[in-house]
Amino acid sequence: MQLVVNVMVLASIYALICCGYVLIYRVSRVVSLAHGELMMLGAYGLYATASLFAGHPLGAIAASALLSIVLGGLVYVLLMRHMTGEMVLAAVLTTISLGILLRGVMVLVWGAKEQHPLHVLGWQNVAIPVGPTAKVSAVGLTLVLVTAAVYLGLWAFLRHTRWGIRMRAVGQNPLLAAQRGIGLHGIYALAWSLATFTGGLVGMLIASDSALDQGMVVIGLKAFPAALVGGLDSLLGAVIGALIVATAEVLLIHYVNPLLSDVVPFLVLLATLIVRPWGLRGTREELDRV
Amino acid sequence: MSVPHASGYFRRSYTRDMALLDTRAQRWAGAVFLVLTLALPILDAPFLLDLANQVLLAIIGSVALMLVNGVAGQISLGHAGLLAAGAFTTGILVRETSAPFWVTLPAAALVGALIGLIFGLPSLRLRGLYLAVSTLALHFVVIYLGNEYEARRGYSTGVVIDPPSLGGVELTAPRAWYYVLFVFALASLLLGLNLLRAKTGRAWRAIQGREAVAEALGINVPAYKVLAFTVSSTMTAVAGALFSYYRGFVSAEAFSLFLTIQYVAMVIIGGMGSMLGAVLGAVFVTLFPYAIEWLMGVLPTPETWATSVFAVNYAAFGLVMILFLLYEPQGLVGIWRRVQDYFLLWPFQQRRAR
Repeated sequence: MQLVVNVMVLASIYALICCGYVLIYRVSRVVSLAHGELMMLGAYGLYATASLFAGHPLGAIAASALLSIVLGGLVYVLLMRHMTGEMVLAAVLTTISLGILLRGVMVLVWGAKEQHPLHVLGWQNVAIPVGPTAKVSAVGLTLVLVTAAVYLGLWAFLRHTRWGIRMRAVGQNPLLAAQRGIGLHGIYALAWSLATFTGGLVGMLIASDSALDQGMVVIGLKAFPAALVGGLDSLLGAVIGALIVATAEVLLIHYVNPLLSDVVPFLVLLATLIVRPWGLRGTREELDRV
Repeated sequence: MSVPHASGYFRRSYTRDMALLDTRAQRWAGAVFLVLTLALPILDAPFLLDLANQVLLAIIGSVALMLVNGVAGQISLGHAGLLAAGAFTTGILVRETSAPFWVTLPAAALVGALIGLIFGLPSLRLRGLYLAVSTLALHFVVIYLGNEYEARRGYSTGVVIDPPSLGGVELTAPRAWYYVLFVFALASLLLGLNLLRAKTGRAWRAIQGREAVAEALGINVPAYKVLAFTVSSTMTAVAGALFSYYRGFVSAEAFSLFLTIQYVAMVIIGGMGSMLGAVLGAVFVTLFPYAIEWLMGVLPTPETWATSVFAVNYAAFGLVMILFLLYEPQGLVGIWRRVQDYFLLWPFQQRRAR
């Protein structure tokens, strides 16, 4: 039972991270390998606003969420805009460089010490019993709920709103979309904002659940296989991929070897790449387009 | 090679056209450079020699990566994993069987070739991003195996390697190492240059240009792709083995993803597809952290920065990579070529068509 709970929490973490990868890839065909760092920046944003808005935890959360949205837009406007139309590899390398830059700056500003934003907010992470034996932390439960809410929100946004439909159009065929009067730069910036927002959310939640340190970058990277297993351009696929990777990881760590924790997602990834490179629900033609 | 480097030189045969050193001035420059680099250890500066050795090690690795990334156009993000494979082969052989230098190096090369074969297989099916990701996955697998070995044998902090002995003399002095590494670096550079002007290099260039066209030209695309990976990873594994001997120590932590990024940066900052670029990139990226440290000593910097030099390094490194990607995608070689053109065409200002 505890295993099932662990799988659920880990899968929500992965799924919530993945939707950032999927959003950016689906719209602009770029894989943002700075996602882990942007997550971390979101978490540090919460840490900073928590001490700023002392006594108003909800205000602090809202402010840091807003910060991530603005940050994502800024990343696109200041940096990635110059890489539109360049080779995809150059764009991916730019995101890697951005990640390194951010990692250095974050250590310079906040130090390399472990931080606990939840304590600064003045909350405790209590354990809630689930069933007779298993337990889940309050933040873990929030994670599952937030992931569900984010996915529902994204689904509604992409399906029913004007901007969501434009976004899908740009993802399908940027040239045609531009000719129909859709501003590509605006859509790309929006995608980066949304992705950074979800990344910031998951960063804050992970930081609240365990702690805020350099390890978050690794979590961000480990979630990438989940996105690819599901198919890089499918949100539903990301959820399925996250479930598969999380299940494999929790079970193998529990029954085989804890050292495996960093490799399992990549083993699953290799298996997928050999059998079905475009992922479970991805589009097949994507492979040649890259 | 077909582009003229100076006026007044006429190539009268195809051999001359293919020569590595084209003009008399180039031959002189090459000779002077060779003498200077061979004479460098006369300086009694251990720190400088250590830097030079690091640069030489980096050159082997960056030439290898340049072949697969910059020439054949197959993106590999598993370079640190390959270095680790070579280093761990050496470490395990030395620890378990106390094998000598001349056994471990070929063994590392063999392991490298095998892994290169495995790294290369996904390239038959995957392109671009997906290929990069699969090599990234293999990186994690190799590092995991190394960690597993360390944990199983109880070397929790790393595997210690005794210095190799060449003809009864233990190789420990940085000066001796300099010459050994120089030979290896020069050999890998020559191998790279020769591959580039032979059929193999042209086939790789064609594959980078467009696979379908390469295939139509009669190039066996899968074979050459796997060959690129195999050659590159063999060289890289040898570099890893030398690295472990030089440090006298193997640890999985030394081969982080950041190392891969550093090597990719060498290729990018140096300039894609050029051996000169591989060398320049290796020099630049290896010396970069030391330059930053020196700058921090000279320039007034906030107190808190002094305790986290690595963070300043990270930030500056990321910034420099972004600047290169945005403003000089051709890398240092691009700058060098523009300088050359300027003097070649002076007093005219012309731009050579790319």
